[in-house]
Amino acid sequence: MLTILFDGVAYGMLLFVLAIGLCVTLGLMNFINLAHGAFAMAGGYLTIVMMNRYGISFYWGLPAAFVFSALLGVVLERTLYVHLYTKSHLDQVLFSIGLVFMATAVVDYFMGANQQTINLPPSLEGRVNFLGASIGVYRIFTIILCGLLTVGLQFVLSKTRFGSRLRAAVDDGRVARGMGIDVTRIFAVTFAVGSGLAGLGGALSTGIISMDPTFPLKYMIYFLIVISVGGSTTITGPFFASLLLGVADVAGKYYVPAVGGFIIYTIMVVVLILRPQGLFTRASR
Amino acid sequence: MRRQILKGLAASAIALAALPALAQETVKVGLILPMTGQQASTGRQLEAGVKAYMAQHGNKVAGKTVEVIIKDDTGVADISKRLAQELVVNDKVSVLGGFGLTPIAMAVGPVATQAKVPAVIMTAATSVIVEQSPYFVRVGRTMPQMTFPIADWAAKNGIKSAVTLVSDYAPGIDAEKFFKERFEAAGGKVLDALRAPLASPDFAAFLQKAKDLKPDALFLFVPSGQGATLMKQVIDRDFAGAKIRVIATGDVTDDDLLNDMGDAVLGMVTSHDYSADHDSAENKAFVEIFKKVNNNLRPNMMAVAAYDGMDVIYRALNATKGDANGQKLVDAMKGQKWMSPRGPMEIDAATREAIPPMFIRKVERKNGELYNVEFEATGPIKDPTHK
Amino acid sequence: MSMTQPPKSDAGAQMLAGARWRWHEGLFWLAAIGLFFLFGDFIPGVPTRLMLLSEIISLGLLALSIDLVLGYAGVVTLGQGAFFGLGSYVAALMAKAGMGAFPLSDPVVGLLAAAAVSGFAGFVTSFLVLRGSDLTRLMVTLGVALILAELANQMRWLTGGADGLHGVIMGPVLGQWDFDLWGRTAYLYSLAVLFVCFWISRRIVNSPFGLSLKAIKGNALRARAIGVPVNARLVAIYTIAAAIAGVAGALLAQTTQSASPDMIAFHRSADALLILVFGGAGYLYGGLIGAGLFRVMQDVIGNITLQYWQFWLGLVLVLLVLFVRGGVIGLIEGMRDRLTRKGDAP
Repeated sequence: MLTILFDGVAYGMLLFVLAIGLCVTLGLMNFINLAHGAFAMAGGYLTIVMMNRYGISFYWGLPAAFVFSALLGVVLERTLYVHLYTKSHLDQVLFSIGLVFMATAVVDYFMGANQQTINLPPSLEGRVNFLGASIGVYRIFTIILCGLLTVGLQFVLSKTRFGSRLRAAVDDGRVARGMGIDVTRIFAVTFAVGSGLAGLGGALSTGIISMDPTFPLKYMIYFLIVISVGGSTTITGPFFASLLLGVADVAGKYYVPAVGGFIIYTIMVVVLILRPQGLFTRASR
Repeated sequence: MRRQILKGLAASAIALAALPALAQETVKVGLILPMTGQQASTGRQLEAGVKAYMAQHGNKVAGKTVEVIIKDDTGVADISKRLAQELVVNDKVSVLGGFGLTPIAMAVGPVATQAKVPAVIMTAATSVIVEQSPYFVRVGRTMPQMTFPIADWAAKNGIKSAVTLVSDYAPGIDAEKFFKERFEAAGGKVLDALRAPLASPDFAAFLQKAKDLKPDALFLFVPSGQGATLMKQVIDRDFAGAKIRVIATGDVTDDDLLNDMGDAVLGMVTSHDYSADHDSAENKAFVEIFKKVNNNLRPNMMAVAAYDGMDVIYRALNATKGDANGQKLVDAMKGQKWMSPRGPMEIDAATREAIPPMFIRKVERKNGELYNVEFEATGPIKDPTHK
Repeated sequence: MSMTQPPKSDAGAQMLAGARWRWHEGLFWLAAIGLFFLFGDFIPGVPTRLMLLSEIISLGLLALSIDLVLGYAGVVTLGQGAFFGLGSYVAALMAKAGMGAFPLSDPVVGLLAAAAVSGFAGFVTSFLVLRGSDLTRLMVTLGVALILAELANQMRWLTGGADGLHGVIMGPVLGQWDFDLWGRTAYLYSLAVLFVCFWISRRIVNSPFGLSLKAIKGNALRARAIGVPVNARLVAIYTIAAAIAGVAGALLAQTTQSASPDMIAFHRSADALLILVFGGAGYLYGGLIGAGLFRVMQDVIGNITLQYWQFWLGLVLVLLVLFVRGGVIGLIEGMRDRLTRKGDAP
């Protein structure tokens, strides 16, 4: 029972870190970036290459994946994405899917089409007993790291100067600019952090799942589910939504495996029918 | 390969205007493979297997030049039917081949029958396929052929109870069914049959459930090329510590993925017809040329099926003395026996079904790399579902 | 607001002027018939491509059905594949049960049945998309489609599960023409069905009903204020679009003589939406042109680089969005405008 709860929470946390960058660009910058998964894939593959080809430690792989994806994000934001903020959502969808196609082919070309994975360092392997339940060390690691990240992000957004500037830029870009806020730079930094978090999520997920070139498309649906259920205006919304979905998915598959494939989708549809703006969005938007 | 495709295109453009004499000199083989999408790694191995065969045997057989045309079905069934039609009508292929998944092969059935063109099934593994068209010939293997040996082995090696975990789609359900049937006939007991959605990235719930049931063994099946994620989580769940053996069909410890899985899979027992480590002169030659022409890629069961598929086509052409008539080719393929890199292969003369050799293997480290090392040959198994 | 405002009847006539057929539309349909003679294995040396063209028609029709809800009513959907797949299973199951005999295996009867079932499913689910933002609608429609796809996978006794439905024997079209290996019957049949569906859609969007949809797309609140029954209109167009998607699915099932989970899968909805935006939403022709260009590019690039065609296709999408507004049709209109402007210059 406790094991299932832990597994679900860890799975949810992982979903959250993977999706949070998309939540930031969508909710704060009103930009639909379906290529978000490609940044996660970049981080994942970087970790795989570092560990499997160069024997570098997993602990270095995580920050490297963040930095790499963030740099990739900032370069693409400055050169390509910046032209799309004013375009329609449908144009943004078409554009970012185009990027996904390209990313898939590029990864296929350089890394091959087969599933690739890493071997965790011994310190993260194995299981420990906690209140009589056996829990994977890596899942605990994931939970702690993602928990810290969430707290940090929430702090930055709500308590720091950067956070309030970002919120101002989002609420009314023109006024913010008039107040002397460098909106362009704030957006670039935000985009980079979002992409970096995706990269970190990708790197973290190599400890549980494996990477292949179809990763961005395969997980796109999950990201969107998290955001639509959680609402995209806050960080706490997607956070709780991820936890809910993770636990419901794992527990559902454990206790009623016959309907395992339906659980996440059903929850999403029901939530959205009852609360079209998402589960955790305050009505006064 | 690419040049051959371009050649194929050029040839098709002038197909109708071409001199009849020229048309008789070349025999075209149209392969429909999943080169992009979810099954891309399968398509890659199949293409590489064909490439290895052509590198080893050249493109001349029985006085004819063999030309291979490859098309990408992107893993979608209705596209495969259209491609088959175009290959037959435009490119005038004499043989079709490939087919990564069952629905893709099945969709081609009506085309093969209507056009009287043999279709060589290389990977799709549902038993019923070859009954769909009298022009279907399988060189791969079927689910019961893969599953029976490991069920037998488990029953004979002190495993009394098992839990099965398979991907929730037709071949997975077949694997579950045939394992249960065989294992329980031998006195074992399947405690629970778990099915994970195909798209599922997280197996935690299913693996925990299997562990909580405390069986002697956990039997796994996922489509080839998808085993890396599953094995990762199997290892993480520490079945060895719970005294539960993990057994599977060879798809899970696919040669394409095995080396990345790490020492935690050492000792895992699986059943399949092919291991890159198979000890025979034919296989050594195959692995050598395969690696040489494919950038040091290690061949897996898909590659060997493609290699054997080309071999069957060459043998049939030899038997008909170069006559590419569809009926004659199918008749020539029936009953073929040869020494494959897998071991002795046969095409059942009555059912056009492959009869591959089967082995029980154990993951071991050899020359620094992980391999499925065969330790017991169970002999060829005829598919039991055909009458 | 001023004296120059035209009389009321003129305004109405102006708004309905879109209903007039234009010469380039005639050209489009003539070209579609011309393709039959060009690629139907009548000219020596020209390969037969009618199967590809039939596939394009089915995909284009699906995109057209999305255009009705997205381009005209402004409802984003990622679930049209559900109705497409439903239609394909209905047509395939009927034909299979009929064993090639009238009436069950008759293609036209199959189409009508598929339209009815899909339309009904559209009607039932239409109430889910009445509220919420774009993202909500997108995800609700997607969710419904995913659940339906999983059902198709689970109900093996009916749908054949992941193996799909095979051994479907179609009767001849109108009791006359059998489906042939060259795809001639399939193409002409698909084209005829496409034209009928297109004609109906065209009538709809240019009717007062269609204009009220545009008003809803522009601003639902205002449309409601001037007395447009917004919800009823949305339900109606969603139902019609679902029925057309069902016809598209039935076409594909009939011409390929099979139905498989691929036809109901997520990628079907996503491809069609992509193709519509690529071609240009809100023109009816956008989906058709988009489907044609997209598939032909995929085919041509795929023959050059078997494994990496996705890269070049992706590049085309990226460039199109960066430099053009309104998809391929937007590109064509832009070029036309530039030409006429040049013509106007002294």
